[in-house]
Amino acid sequence: MTVNTGHQAVLEKHTEQEVILKIENLKKYFPIKAGVIQRTIGYVKAVDDISLEVNKGETLGIVGESGCGKSTMGRTLIRLYEPTEGSIYFKGKDISTLPERELKRYFRRQIQMIFQDPYASLNPRRTIRKTLLDPLVTHKLYDKTEEYDQRIKELLEIVGLDASAINRYPHEFSGGQRQRIGIARAIALNPDVIIADEAVSALDVSIQAQIINLLKDLQNEFQLTYIFISHDLSVVRHISDRVAVMYLGKIMELAVRDDLFDDPLHPYSQALLSAVPEMEIEENGQKRERILLKGDLPSPSSPPSGCVFHTRCSAAMPHCMEVMPELKEVKKNHFVACHLFKGKNE
Amino acid sequence: MPLLKENETVEINNHPIIDLNNEKPEKMSAIIFQKFIKNKLAVVGAIYLLLIIFAAIFADVLAPHDPNYQQLLKKLAPPGKEYLLGADNLGRDTLSRLLYGARVSLIVGFVSVAGSIFIGTAVGAIAGYYGGKIDAFLMRFVDVMISFPSIFLLIILVTMFEPSISTLIFVFAIFGWTGTSRLVRGEFLTLRSREYVLAAKTIGIPSYKIIFAHILPNAMGPIIVSATLGVGGVILAESALSYLGLGIQPPTPSWGNMLQSAQTLPIMLDSWWYPLFPGIAILLTVLAFNFVGDGLRDAFDPKIK
Ligand SMILES: Nc1ncnc2c1ncn2[C@@H]1O[C@H](COP(=O)(O)OP(=O)(O)O)[C@@H](O)[C@H]1O
Ligand SMILES: [Mg+2]
Repeated sequence: MTVNTGHQAVLEKHTEQEVILKIENLKKYFPIKAGVIQRTIGYVKAVDDISLEVNKGETLGIVGESGCGKSTMGRTLIRLYEPTEGSIYFKGKDISTLPERELKRYFRRQIQMIFQDPYASLNPRRTIRKTLLDPLVTHKLYDKTEEYDQRIKELLEIVGLDASAINRYPHEFSGGQRQRIGIARAIALNPDVIIADEAVSALDVSIQAQIINLLKDLQNEFQLTYIFISHDLSVVRHISDRVAVMYLGKIMELAVRDDLFDDPLHPYSQALLSAVPEMEIEENGQKRERILLKGDLPSPSSPPSGCVFHTRCSAAMPHCMEVMPELKEVKKNHFVACHLFKGKNE
Repeated sequence: MPLLKENETVEINNHPIIDLNNEKPEKMSAIIFQKFIKNKLAVVGAIYLLLIIFAAIFADVLAPHDPNYQQLLKKLAPPGKEYLLGADNLGRDTLSRLLYGARVSLIVGFVSVAGSIFIGTAVGAIAGYYGGKIDAFLMRFVDVMISFPSIFLLIILVTMFEPSISTLIFVFAIFGWTGTSRLVRGEFLTLRSREYVLAAKTIGIPSYKIIFAHILPNAMGPIIVSATLGVGGVILAESALSYLGLGIQPPTPSWGNMLQSAQTLPIMLDSWWYPLFPGIAILLTVLAFNFVGDGLRDAFDPKIK
């Protein structure tokens, strides 16, 4: 089977533009507790006021350095964490405050997650049958045992595993095989959206390619929408249709993949891209200069005032220390949160 | 680290997978068993305990005499042909009483530990899984339970209610669970953020199932260890209470109350065999439970090879 990463499909997807998931002003603050009575003395602002839309059928990549809040965003929007503030619209319905019972009915089946660590994401005490039965039984998809077993075998086949895996325990498999089992679990309920949080980061490079191709095949076959979270720019570039760049809990830039990688606008995106060796060469053959960021990554518990990036930005202006720039559309489908740029319609 | 470049096509094998060698890989339980049998003391302890359990179950068959049959003429008889381990101050066969006493001691030990493990696991699992206010509340409650003068309360309780096997079991279960609950809470605090737990949540599996069917099996190691050590502890405590006359009431034999009537100096000096054998039984059994518990702890510990 061959996989083609054509450009055409991307453009087609963008003409449809049916929004399946939309988040508005999403915040997730973790309280920092101290002392005997565990008083809250501050907050880690892991996700700080993020708004974005995910189109049906697309792959939205989320990149950013480790600790910038990517996982927290994914886990909050799938309601593993309670949002501190903001709304999450899934197919037009706000699910951000639904109680767990309603979530199970309307939401859980339609959005699933693939995790990072193939060694921790499968329960060591459950056989592959039990692990894959969990989603099917929880949502009572079938009546008879044979139907369940049938479906489990089908799932294993879809992800490229032999049916003999069914009675084995996770520790009997390699990392790549386990990741396939995790993928089988994620697609078991026929979800519309899958959040892949560093889904290939823990794997060898050769295995990464296999898993990414599997994900692409599944996307075509089942019309999946992906939110693909990774700190690895080359992986994100390879799989995404659009890409969002995060820094300290905020989105700094959001654009169609090629626009972002060929012409990053935000100083942070430029620095991030320049640090990746194979992205040094620009389209026109010029070597992109390596931009070194000054200073350290500030703590998300006390982010800088104004633009959170101003402490490390070479283009910082006095204004930047006071006002956090909005994420605004500066070119068609190219959003940047930076005072250097004026909105398209301003 | 170049991944795939634009427009590159990649062959992926449709069945790349399963290079499992045909021989069955080792089960987790097999690995634990192999580690356990390397520990000599633990194995000796386990064999000893199996013998004691066997003896307790078949006490009726094994006992040479009726444990309550008094032959006053033979009182304090030294170990010999008729009374292998001697006779007590009322002329009852010590060996027979030890066998029946094993029954009482083991039943009190196992049943009360089953009770305390049940309570401790439930409290610890809920506290550790939910965290936050529920955890704070339950753990403060545990603190209160621990700072109770429990021996004192125990004595009050057994004097208030008629001391019997079931009161003892009840009292030990009520006071014995706090350690387990702290242990289980700790396990749950770390296990609850494992990705397989998050996966279970995204599927929509209800919390009670996640707690008891998904997390608990992964916390069984420490619970089994704590139970094993707990049985030894209860047997010791039961002996102490019975020795004080607050435990199992004569004529029902228990290892503790067999010592009770031996606590005068003349008996200890002249008829040393009478207190010696129940004492040894208690000592060895408690020791064996501790050896087995330690052995299990090491066997369950993935860091120890
Ligand atoms: N459960 C949590 N409790 C407290 N702080 C957390 C928690 N999860 C993440 N954080 C903090 O939130 C920030 C973002 O973390 P994360 O979302 O894991 O980043 P990323 O996935 O981008 O590496 C980090 O500073 C991290 O320490
Ligand atoms: Mg992460």
